[in-house]
Amino acid sequence: MANKVFHVMYDDDQKLLDAATALVKQGIQVKDVFSPFPVHGLDPIIGVKRTRLAIASFMYATTGTLLAILGTWYFMIHDWPMNIGGKPNFTWIENAPAFVPVMFEFSVFCGAHGMAITYLLRNGTLPGMPASNPDPRTTDDKFVMEIVTEDNHAFSVTDLEEKIRATEVFELSIKDC
Amino acid sequence: MIKEAAIRKPLILGHKSYHDITNDVVGPIEGKAPRQWKIAISIAAVIALYGVGSIMYLVGTGIGAWGLNKTVGWSWDITNFVWWVGIGHAGTLISAVLLLFRQRWRMAINRSAEAMTIFAVLMAAIFPVFHMGRVWQAYWTLPLPNQFGSLWPNFNSALMWDVFAISTYFSVSLVFWYIGLIPDFATIRDRMVKPRAKKIYGILSFGWSGRAKHWTRFEEVSLVLAGIATPLVFSVHSIVSMDFATSVVPGWHATIFPPYFVSGAVFSGFAMVLTLLLIMRKTMRLEAYINMAHIEYMNIVIIVTGSIVGVAYLTELFISWYSGVEYESYAFINRFSGPYSWAYWMMMTCNVISPQLFWFKKIRTSLTATFLLSIVVNIGMWFERFVIIVTSIHRDYTPGAWGEFHPSVTDIGMFVGTIGIFFTLFLLFARYFPVLALNELKTILKVSGESYKNSDKH
Repeated sequence: MANKVFHVMYDDDQKLLDAATALVKQGIQVKDVFSPFPVHGLDPIIGVKRTRLAIASFMYATTGTLLAILGTWYFMIHDWPMNIGGKPNFTWIENAPAFVPVMFEFSVFCGAHGMAITYLLRNGTLPGMPASNPDPRTTDDKFVMEIVTEDNHAFSVTDLEEKIRATEVFELSIKDC
Repeated sequence: MIKEAAIRKPLILGHKSYHDITNDVVGPIEGKAPRQWKIAISIAAVIALYGVGSIMYLVGTGIGAWGLNKTVGWSWDITNFVWWVGIGHAGTLISAVLLLFRQRWRMAINRSAEAMTIFAVLMAAIFPVFHMGRVWQAYWTLPLPNQFGSLWPNFNSALMWDVFAISTYFSVSLVFWYIGLIPDFATIRDRMVKPRAKKIYGILSFGWSGRAKHWTRFEEVSLVLAGIATPLVFSVHSIVSMDFATSVVPGWHATIFPPYFVSGAVFSGFAMVLTLLLIMRKTMRLEAYINMAHIEYMNIVIIVTGSIVGVAYLTELFISWYSGVEYESYAFINRFSGPYSWAYWMMMTCNVISPQLFWFKKIRTSLTATFLLSIVVNIGMWFERFVIIVTSIHRDYTPGAWGEFHPSVTDIGMFVGTIGIFFTLFLLFARYFPVLALNELKTILKVSGESYKNSDKH
């Protein structure tokens, strides 16, 4: 039997949430949801885990701080110490207050850009990538739930369809995948 | 569905559906360019070209083409720089600080405010970069290995901090803006019929499909970027103020500068946002999304920041006398009674007195009054920077070296020119980009939309 993919369309976010709750309660696994905006409260229902991007950003920012410390030490203390107004640069720690702005800015720079690049790569959203939403209306006002038979071996295709049709479906398309 | 308290004003007026929001924002992009837009961009482009010409003349002739002299070595150039950077601050404040405070009204204005930030920071960067004289060597401000032995930029210098602050601010704002734009570009892509436009928006939308996990990441990234952009926005203008505050020039050497500059920046930025949005909401028929509630909230921010600026002016004045330092006192006596006193009083009137008019509800909810006062504030904030910079240095410690500043044609050309370039960019943005964060707006429709808010429907 060929695997089938159900694209269940709803015309309202509340209907989608209700339907997802009802289907998941019956043991059906929802593969993905395509929506025009973030539907709050959906993630725990369909089992989307919390993202770790914030942790990644913190690590990028820390790397930035360390690089800035290393850089200011190398440029200003080690390689070319300057004597400005009789206040020579002997140690990094004595000069540290003057380096705080650059350290801060560079941490923000690395934290923000590192996270943004990670975000784009993890999403697979990069310039020229093809769109994968099943229906163009999902970026306007429709919400599509994707359910595949592969994830739901416990149910037959007709059984699945029946259960899906019991929710407030706007449109349903069943395709082979 | 959580609903807002009934006492809060609705943020989206009328009976809008999700599809209406898409239509209202994307519709103008699909249609033909209106006549007014063509006229406006033609005027802006001519002024921009005049600016580009002035810049080319400056580069060809040298910095002497500006009206600077041995006494006044910083004048309109740095005034314009600080003015533009200040204007830029409102965008980040609206998108980042208001996001952290969960202010839903930011969603109608954040996109255009951020666009304004990016264009304003670009305009700001023109001035210090061309002030370097040999602009082709601007990269010397970066710590790059070089052939002059191991010669590095001086990280103790406030000007060096500025290089890092402005470039970080610009690039982070750009990324913040673009990440928000991706889903909206996808909406345009999926609606476009013309194949070429569809293709272009397809590339711009990076293949966004609106998957649940992607939206989770989107919200996390927005929140974390807001979290780090908030201290960033405060640091940027603090560092700009340190260009002056870390010097030993009376009138500049003041510890009050960082907070005073930051509130001044927010003040002028909100004024510019109002100037732009009042025109945009009218011409693009966005009155349902940018309504009186938004305008009133922005005017309240203007009262608060304008009052902080007013207190800072008076504190500065008082401390100059209280310090007992003769030079410091003179710098301020000269400010309000010297040859540039007209500029000082102009600043005081525009920035301290005029925003207080917004205490009257009738004035802060009047479109005409808001528009006029927003322009007054923009003018006042330009004079603030001019007063701080020029009056402090035109009479320094040695009376024999006193002088005055007279702007040259190139000074004026570059300033007016940047306004032209700014408006050209902004008009292009208004024509081809989604001017409202339409997909974010959909998330607040049921919470703050007029037809949902106080009804039983969910």
